[in-house]
Amino acid sequence: MASSNRPEREVVFVEGVRIPFQRSGTGYRDLTAYDLARMALKALLDRTELPAEQVDFVILGNVIQNVNNSNVARDAALAAGIPHSVPAYTVSLACISANKAITSAADLIATGQAEVAIAGGTESLTDIPIRFRKRFRQRLVESRKFRSWKDYWKLVRGLSWRDLLPEIPSISEFSTRRTMGEDCDRLAARIGVTRREQDEYALRSHQLAAKAIEEGLLDREVVPALVPPDFQPVERDNGPRPDSTLEKLQSLRPAFVKPHGTLTAGNSSFLTDGAAVTLLMSRQAAERLGYRPRAALRAYAYSAQDPFEELLLGPAYSIPRVLDRAGMTLNDIDVFELHEAFAAQVVANLKCLASRQFAQEKLGRSEPVGEIPLDKLNRWGGSLSIGHPFGATGARLVTTAVNRLTQEDGQFALVASCAAGAHGNAILLERLN
Amino acid sequence: MKFTELELREGIAILWLDYPGEKINKISPELVDEFDALLDELEGRSDVEGVVLASRKPDNFIAGADLDVFLKMNEPGQAKQLSRRGHAVLNRLAAFPRPVVAAIHGAALGGGLEVALACHYRVASDDPATVLALPEVRLGLLPGGGGTQRLPRLIGIQRALNMMLTGKNVYPRQALRMGLVDELFHPHGVVEAALAAVRDLNRGSKPRRPRRTLTTWVLEANPLGRKLLFKKARQMVARQTMGNYPAPFKILECVEVGMSRGMKAGLEVEARNFDQLMRTPQCKALIQLFFEINSRKKNPLADQVRPVKRVGILGAGLMGSGIAQVSATSGLEVVLKDVSLEALGRAERQIYQALDRRVRQRALLPFQRDQILSRITPVTDYHGFDRVDLVIEAVFEDLELKRRVLAEVELETGEQTIFASNTSSLPIEKLAKIASRPTQVVGMHYFSPVPRMPLLEIVVTPKTEAWVTATAYQVGVQQGKTCIVVNDGPGFYTTRILAPLLNEALLLLEEGGDIPYIDRVMRQFGFPVGPFKLMDEVGIDVGAHVSRVLAPLFAKRGVTATDAMEKLVAQGFKGRKTGKGFYLYKGKKGRREVNPAVYRLFGGRKRKRHPVEEIQNRLVLVLVNEAIHCLQDGILLSPSDGDVGAVLGLGFPPFRGGPFRYVDAEGGEAIFNRLRELEQRFGNRFTPAELLAEKVRRGESFHRR
Repeated sequence: MASSNRPEREVVFVEGVRIPFQRSGTGYRDLTAYDLARMALKALLDRTELPAEQVDFVILGNVIQNVNNSNVARDAALAAGIPHSVPAYTVSLACISANKAITSAADLIATGQAEVAIAGGTESLTDIPIRFRKRFRQRLVESRKFRSWKDYWKLVRGLSWRDLLPEIPSISEFSTRRTMGEDCDRLAARIGVTRREQDEYALRSHQLAAKAIEEGLLDREVVPALVPPDFQPVERDNGPRPDSTLEKLQSLRPAFVKPHGTLTAGNSSFLTDGAAVTLLMSRQAAERLGYRPRAALRAYAYSAQDPFEELLLGPAYSIPRVLDRAGMTLNDIDVFELHEAFAAQVVANLKCLASRQFAQEKLGRSEPVGEIPLDKLNRWGGSLSIGHPFGATGARLVTTAVNRLTQEDGQFALVASCAAGAHGNAILLERLN
Repeated sequence: MKFTELELREGIAILWLDYPGEKINKISPELVDEFDALLDELEGRSDVEGVVLASRKPDNFIAGADLDVFLKMNEPGQAKQLSRRGHAVLNRLAAFPRPVVAAIHGAALGGGLEVALACHYRVASDDPATVLALPEVRLGLLPGGGGTQRLPRLIGIQRALNMMLTGKNVYPRQALRMGLVDELFHPHGVVEAALAAVRDLNRGSKPRRPRRTLTTWVLEANPLGRKLLFKKARQMVARQTMGNYPAPFKILECVEVGMSRGMKAGLEVEARNFDQLMRTPQCKALIQLFFEINSRKKNPLADQVRPVKRVGILGAGLMGSGIAQVSATSGLEVVLKDVSLEALGRAERQIYQALDRRVRQRALLPFQRDQILSRITPVTDYHGFDRVDLVIEAVFEDLELKRRVLAEVELETGEQTIFASNTSSLPIEKLAKIASRPTQVVGMHYFSPVPRMPLLEIVVTPKTEAWVTATAYQVGVQQGKTCIVVNDGPGFYTTRILAPLLNEALLLLEEGGDIPYIDRVMRQFGFPVGPFKLMDEVGIDVGAHVSRVLAPLFAKRGVTATDAMEKLVAQGFKGRKTGKGFYLYKGKKGRREVNPAVYRLFGGRKRKRHPVEEIQNRLVLVLVNEAIHCLQDGILLSPSDGDVGAVLGLGFPPFRGGPFRYVDAEGGEAIFNRLRELEQRFGNRFTPAELLAEKVRRGESFHRR
């Protein structure tokens, strides 16, 4: 257990829900991150029957912002019927934005500033900000000061056609200018993750997700959505491909580094729309309001590395850190939920954790952190198959981890993710009975 | 000063209107006198640079004239004098040598808008509370304070006619666009803006009004165009009113005279027409009805109401989704239950589309639409029903189904939960009989389409407790409905009186009657739709079901209904929803053709036309007689409930005030005799109700005038 900064109050997980994750441009085509968050918040309130006025804070993660909802948490909370007296804010920390939302909420509860908080995240990669290029944007801003119609010719004077083309944001690292796929391809080569290893891992993810859906294991976390403007029901995730085979995956061409790269569309996570939220409380509040706390948030850790070489190795750094804080080892953990940005990234992290050399050179410890047994890892699928709405994934991982603890009768769960900017996060949960 | 308060600010006189003891400012003869005296004083003062007219009330400028005064005007010339007095004062205001500016926040209706029109400049708040309208036509009147003259001069003849002939509300943005107001400002600053406007006008700046368009030049600025315009307008009014409402024609006359022969002549005609309209039975009936509807906004059992925060609605069909929409819009939380997510999705889509229309009209923000929709939780089980205060079932009209649903609900909800059935005919008692909490069972009969139909018929059984009735009433008021409370019985009130009318229409059909002709004749009487069109809209199968439910009741009086509807249903003709009913429904809109198969069933292609009087007498009097039966049997608690219910629920001609006002107006004896005559010709379904006979014997009317 954390000894030095032992929280004054125990933070418990009461429930977590999400709307079905959808491949971008499909089920939530007409919606924005605000709509998705609104639906998820409403689903949580409905599912838990929590009176909205009991909420003290709403914190949501979001990465690709819609400029109309720069604080999407507030807009969605109000629209979902949460009283205006409840503060709500949005956090952004790339793919661990929801993790940050959850740990922030936990801090507020632990320090007595909140009793009940909703934390999670939302993302629409269908509704991305497509902008004018800088030169034209600059002119448009200046045009607000134009007085007469004559000024308006300044708007286009000396502008080339190219300047008028819209600019679509790419998912690349600002410092290195490399897209995440390119970077991971390099990482795979450096650590020695083969194409076959990647494809096998991706296949596993799809098969496990499909099986979990089939067996109804995800029913507890997934709330069907009636989606405006048609209000056709969206009942399940549409990412998993149960018909996927190794042959098919092996036949795909490299997606990021051509022609020799090993990352393909099949072993990388796809663009996803979705929202997921969790309900966190102090243990006392849960008891007072008549909820059975399902898990306690025991410890968490963040890490940050060199974005040029270790962009996606966050878990390899944050996992040992959180274990040390809790005074535990990998062997104590029953349920692992790792974010799957790319199959290569997961395998690379597993290899680093098991590597003595990595432990000695990078972590300053003599022994490797250890092996994560595959039969404890992401047993209900992962981001590769279920999808990865950047701002929301952390809340899905935490919720699935708790649901798996219940289902698999485990005691401790570990959630870990990597994020752009070379960040890592790990959260340790303990099941409560 | 009783009604006004004069404040001098920076050399400008602010006239604060504040009607004592009322939430709203209204125009009464005393206020006009006081206003006149104030003008005397202000004209004599040289230190006053201008005048600003403003209201001390938080959400209205002037809500209109005092209608109580109108009701007392029965002598010829009385209303004319009132109108002329108004003209004189407003003419003085308009001719005031220094700028007069109206600072409008909240409702400026009728006489209130006419005061604003007489000012030189109008500033309005951009708040949703601000509405401007000349609704006099809805009371069978015309704007008698110079409105028919000043409005067309300000915004053009076509727009002015549109406002005055429909009485519709104009909202701030629209008002600015059409030049009805000169400036918009936020509600807290309208007086400041008006003061600034006075200074600007003194400096010689002129208000900027929207430019005339080409069509206004062609149609309004020359005698020939105007002639055409008024001719077209008269044709349109004639078509829409079917000659039942004199007010629109009088309004047209005022505007035409005023625009061709000048303001003075126009005002003269306005005062004369105002006087004439004031004494028409239409006007009296409409004003009475207005009062009766308004008085129902107050819950008579207000002290017994228990709070309702969350409503459970069973069935997400047209009715269920309509009830969900008005509930959520009024701020209630709704749990909407149906068997499948698809059905719930359809209901949500319907609500979304209705709200979205209001978003496009700028009456609602997209965010508010989302918020309203968030109040509705769709469920396929009873999740969340344990916290529900009121359940309204809107499942299929089948007693066994409704009983099953009631039993389920009682298990799933708390001890205090009210169970309301939205049936249109099934007696509530038959449901309550199997209830474990029969004191909490009540009928809430909504009309389709729920968001548009203003009536809620609340049906109570002898066991229904007063707090249950009170709470249902309160929910109805919150949803924006006008409620009547009636006692239980087959078809309650509205359905029970409609059934004989429909039956009579079917008998006419069997006698060889012509469907579109009968519909037209009933529209001429003043119904918004004819009986056959109505049956098509409601569903002929629904009508047949109602007829079966009511059969035992009428059988007791020796009256049997025709089985014409059963025959049609057997052929698959169920009305609009099946594409075929009395009319054929193909394609979008336009003229409907009669379904020839219906004529084949009832006497062949050759149709006859019954005399207009006979059709109207048979259909209307059979309804009126049944309404009297309802009062006699204690279904109705008062004649005015009967009037409000028939007008708002069934479209009984509003200008006739309702069945009971109609009897009073025509004379009880005349109605009695006509019924007797029909009885002799057509049998005992026209036997006058005992209560009518009694009223005639005693020489009493139903209403106390």
